[in-house]
Amino acid sequence: MRDHWIRFRRDWLALGGLVVIIIFIAAAVLASAIAPYNPSEQFFDGLTLEGSPLGPNSRFWFGTDTNGRDQFSRLLYGAQTSLLIGIVANGIAVFVGTCLGVVAGYLRGFIGAAIMRFTDLMMAFPPLLLAIALAAILKPGLNIVILVIALVNWVQIARVIYAETLALSEREYIEAARAMGANTWRILWRHLLPHLVPTIIVYATLGIATTVLLESMLSFLGRGVQPPTPAWGMMIFESQSYFLNAPWLVFIPGAAILILALAFNLVGDGLRDVLDPTQRGRN
Amino acid sequence: MLLYLSKRLVASLFILLGVSVVTFGLTFMIPADPVAMIAGRNSTPELREQIRRQIGLDQPLPSQYASYLGRLVRGDLGKSYARKSDVGALIASRLPPTLLLMLAAIVAELLIGLPAGIYAAARRGRVGDKVAMTLSFLSVSTPQFVLGLTLLYLFSYLLNWFPLGGYGSFSHIVLPALTLGLAGGGWYSRMMRSSMIEVLRNDYIRTARAKGMPEWQVIMNHGLRNAILPIVAMIGLDVGIFMSGVVVVENVFGWPGIGQLMWQAIQSLDIPIIMGVTIVAALFIVLGNLIADMIAPLVDPRIQLR
Repeated sequence: MRDHWIRFRRDWLALGGLVVIIIFIAAAVLASAIAPYNPSEQFFDGLTLEGSPLGPNSRFWFGTDTNGRDQFSRLLYGAQTSLLIGIVANGIAVFVGTCLGVVAGYLRGFIGAAIMRFTDLMMAFPPLLLAIALAAILKPGLNIVILVIALVNWVQIARVIYAETLALSEREYIEAARAMGANTWRILWRHLLPHLVPTIIVYATLGIATTVLLESMLSFLGRGVQPPTPAWGMMIFESQSYFLNAPWLVFIPGAAILILALAFNLVGDGLRDVLDPTQRGRN
Repeated sequence: MLLYLSKRLVASLFILLGVSVVTFGLTFMIPADPVAMIAGRNSTPELREQIRRQIGLDQPLPSQYASYLGRLVRGDLGKSYARKSDVGALIASRLPPTLLLMLAAIVAELLIGLPAGIYAAARRGRVGDKVAMTLSFLSVSTPQFVLGLTLLYLFSYLLNWFPLGGYGSFSHIVLPALTLGLAGGGWYSRMMRSSMIEVLRNDYIRTARAKGMPEWQVIMNHGLRNAILPIVAMIGLDVGIFMSGVVVVENVFGWPGIGQLMWQAIQSLDIPIIMGVTIVAALFIVLGNLIADMIAPLVDPRIQLR
């Protein structure tokens, strides 16, 4: 563990990503303390006399949106939405994907084949379109968005875990454990799962980046969390028609999505270099 | 080879069948009652019963599914709520612009990704490699609508190099293709890099270097030919990946393809169109996978057919 941390620390890109993630989490948790205003409050002096949004100024640091709301406060509360969905939805996807992947890879047989054919089927749907179709049929909201994203995202991790489990269960120490009379549950829990942990950590981290992007696209299409809950994608969706006159309304939340997704990607990649023994010494 | 192809074909047909089961199941999750929608709010129970029989909702599930599948096979995707027209015809009319955009995006991502990947592999472990790989992470971490709007603002609004959106000439396609292609280029640069690094470990590369061949010639003549083969086979998969991107990108650039149709359907909750586009996209992905599976052994004879 210490050894891993020392090597991770040398990768300054991944370390930078980790710092960014900590800052974003802190901003999300402390949003109600940091935010200068209520994110839903419409200020009568938040718009120009012609009704256009204000640019960044000393009162509204990141300007105001088309409804005269403070963009900085909305950004902070939007971080809650992005991180909550990113962590919870992806957490569910990782849990389900890992369970199904391990079962399919270790038990094989009819159940394993059925699970893997089902992942083949899921791979035939473009993630965004399937998420849109589901979110259009069900009433969108925070829980539905989490459910929809989890439903779309478990497939990738299930396939990775399946392949690893398949390779691991061929190994001699598993054979030995079986010969010694260990039951299936014990083999899975004590002998297989510990070896899968590095892969799970790496894919869980990279998956949050994918989830943040998917959530932002859904809310940009108006099918993510619903107003008044602030979400970065929705902030861009709402100000799209004002974009050429007030580009900061797109650039600031856009930069937030980009930075958060990039941070999780960099940390995930850094973790892969540190944790994956097959990658060691390659780069 | 023939056995391999027919196996792949049968597997694809089964997946398409599965797709139809899933989309059939999804239509049952729609909360609105179709009978009530057609009959109106103040209809008599007799009228509702008659309509229920007319649209086949009194049939048992398997026979409802059979007639649904029959309609799908004939290309009948139902009628749009808002437009009162045939979903299949609507999608078909929007297909050419989308296919054109995807083709341009494939050209863009290869032009960006392959040179970047070759460069990174050649400079492996040095600053150039690090910069190229960080840029590739940047490109895959950028939401496409943000990238599209940013390009639009910079190159169309401030610099006036390209039109502000629309369809019709070469200059209209540059920015949307670039938006789709940058993220794809990021992935291609990573795959190209690792494929090239793998190839450069071979003995024949060491031989080429040992006989004094300049490094760039080793890479371009001996390395590239072998490293690019697995990459070429992946182009078939791009169509599926782009199906998600076009919904966002076509909306940003006012490109009149399937993505824009989907965008409008999402805004008006026109579920037949949403389901229709999803089915067509799944068909594209299955076809793309099939093409990728067929190209792979053709371009790279080392691949074992199973």
